[in-house]
Amino acid sequence: MSETPPARTPTPRRVLAGVLLVVPFVVYLAVPSYAKVTPKLAGFPFFYWWQLLWVVLTAVCIGVAHRLTRGRGGAE
Amino acid sequence: MKNVDVVQLSVFVLFLAAVTVVGFLAARWRRGQTLMHLDEWGLGGRSFGTFVTWFLLGGDLYTAYTFIAVPAAVFAGGAMGFWAVPYGAIAYPLVFLIGPRLWSVSHRHGYVTTADFVHGRFGSRALGLAVALTGILAMMPYIALQLVGVQAVLTVMGITGTGPAADLPLFLAFALLAAYTYTSGLRAPALISFVKDTLLYLVVIVAIVYIPARLGGWGSVFDSAEAALSKPDPATGRPSGSLVTTETTHWAYGTLALGSSLALFIYPHTVTGALAAGRRDVVRRNAAMLPAYSVVLGLLALLGYMALADPGVVAAVREAGNPQLAVPFLFDAAFPPWFAGVAFAAIGVGALVPAAIMSIAASNLFTRNVYTAFLRPDATPEEETRVAQLVSLLVKVGALVFVFAFGKSLAINMQLLGGIWVVQTFPALALGVFTRWFHRWALLAGWAAGMVYGTWTAYLSSSPAQEHFASPLAEIPFLGRSGYIALTAFVLNMLVVVALTVAFRAFGVPDGADETSPSDYTADAADRLAAPEDPGRALTGEGPR
Repeated sequence: MSETPPARTPTPRRVLAGVLLVVPFVVYLAVPSYAKVTPKLAGFPFFYWWQLLWVVLTAVCIGVAHRLTRGRGGAE
Repeated sequence: MKNVDVVQLSVFVLFLAAVTVVGFLAARWRRGQTLMHLDEWGLGGRSFGTFVTWFLLGGDLYTAYTFIAVPAAVFAGGAMGFWAVPYGAIAYPLVFLIGPRLWSVSHRHGYVTTADFVHGRFGSRALGLAVALTGILAMMPYIALQLVGVQAVLTVMGITGTGPAADLPLFLAFALLAAYTYTSGLRAPALISFVKDTLLYLVVIVAIVYIPARLGGWGSVFDSAEAALSKPDPATGRPSGSLVTTETTHWAYGTLALGSSLALFIYPHTVTGALAAGRRDVVRRNAAMLPAYSVVLGLLALLGYMALADPGVVAAVREAGNPQLAVPFLFDAAFPPWFAGVAFAAIGVGALVPAAIMSIAASNLFTRNVYTAFLRPDATPEEETRVAQLVSLLVKVGALVFVFAFGKSLAINMQLLGGIWVVQTFPALALGVFTRWFHRWALLAGWAAGMVYGTWTAYLSSSPAQEHFASPLAEIPFLGRSGYIALTAFVLNMLVVVALTVAFRAFGVPDGADETSPSDYTADAADRLAAPEDPGRALTGEGPR
């Protein structure tokens, strides 16, 4: 019960990775911010293309976080 | 119902037969010394690389849920059904955080299930049992959802009879599934996942390009869908949905997405898929790659709108009174018979693969954390595997109970009910990977509080079509908004856990022993301690060498 997680220094890389992992939550949980029809894109109401776009951006966020913290002991 | 189309049915049967052969042959693929070991049968020898893991996890995550249930929700309720897309995105930062640590500690200690880890981490067999039983319970409605998917396809192909024979084709499909899961274990769904995903992408691309063009472009699909949604529902007299979420549904949308994303990676079957990975980095890399599936999920959700834009399909679905038929009817109307056969095969295989992984995950849990932990502590690996094989059959029978209980209401509610349960293991499992500050009895009490509240609240929810468990949404206390019950129950769970942990510490109630050490959570493949011949070691309390 005396276990403490290994001390990890919050390097700028790790902080940035953490922020990148939080961004998708902020974007998606702000539901009223994207609950609208315009501007449309290729016939898609904003509500739809914005959320589909952020699926791709979420993958980019995680991919960058992965690169920032690569090596043994990775991100947490 | 229409007559059976011979071409369509032949193509469908041909694909399903091919997949069955692959399923039985899978027992020989990358085979270890024996299949009669839970590491082999239940985790495919823990040897899968990035590529196979991607397909296997994809096979877990994108299922009849994606093809049938989500489009049906969009078809029936408009924007509200689209919450699956934010869910499919924000789950992955969590996978990226939790997955590698869970993989490392499991690899090092030879854990096969989530409950193995919780038992080892908090030194409590009872807590392990709670996690195991929750996992098994939550798997059943999710497997039931897969059955509903197969059933929808069979219905639209016209091969469901009436009377006692009505469910015969469904039972046949599931008997096949059960047989090759029994013989090949996790290797069967892993290998079939390739076939499944190839079919899936082919059908999706064709559907996304061809059907909107046929209906006059995406703009016109959305316009017709909006018109159809705003028409008053004959049953309630109110519009059935809207094209974007409204003031009253924002909270429901957000809580469904967040609650489900907490559940995604602690479902027993997703953990099984991740633990079968051969290296830590495989799990990390997959967390970044898997959202690609969610783009597909989003486009498939919009099939619900395409179905709404086709008056013939709307009429057929209304007549059958089953929104799950929206996509199969759409494919039937839009595609030539041979390609509709391919599409139905994709849906069928796409339901059977995850059902196999889910039943394997549930039987791993039963074998390790109920049977070996409580009933037969000195079971041999061979005996463990035999029990797991038998339980994989029983779990499927349990799933059938949910199929009949839910009838023709929205199938997505089955998966959401499973979510309410499985999220209650989040504190012990997902937070337990980072900290063991929580007291074991506090975790158990919090779990019980969340389970009772969640189940009771869901039970009380009724609709004209269904007396109980009709909706995953209920009013959030103190907020007065309608939200996903899983998240409300989770908050209650956490409050109990924190309050009781503080209390137990203050009174000096002894903690359990933690058999893991901090370095275990970052270990990689080479650092394995427990020998693969002896996976029971971690459970018998001997700990690693």
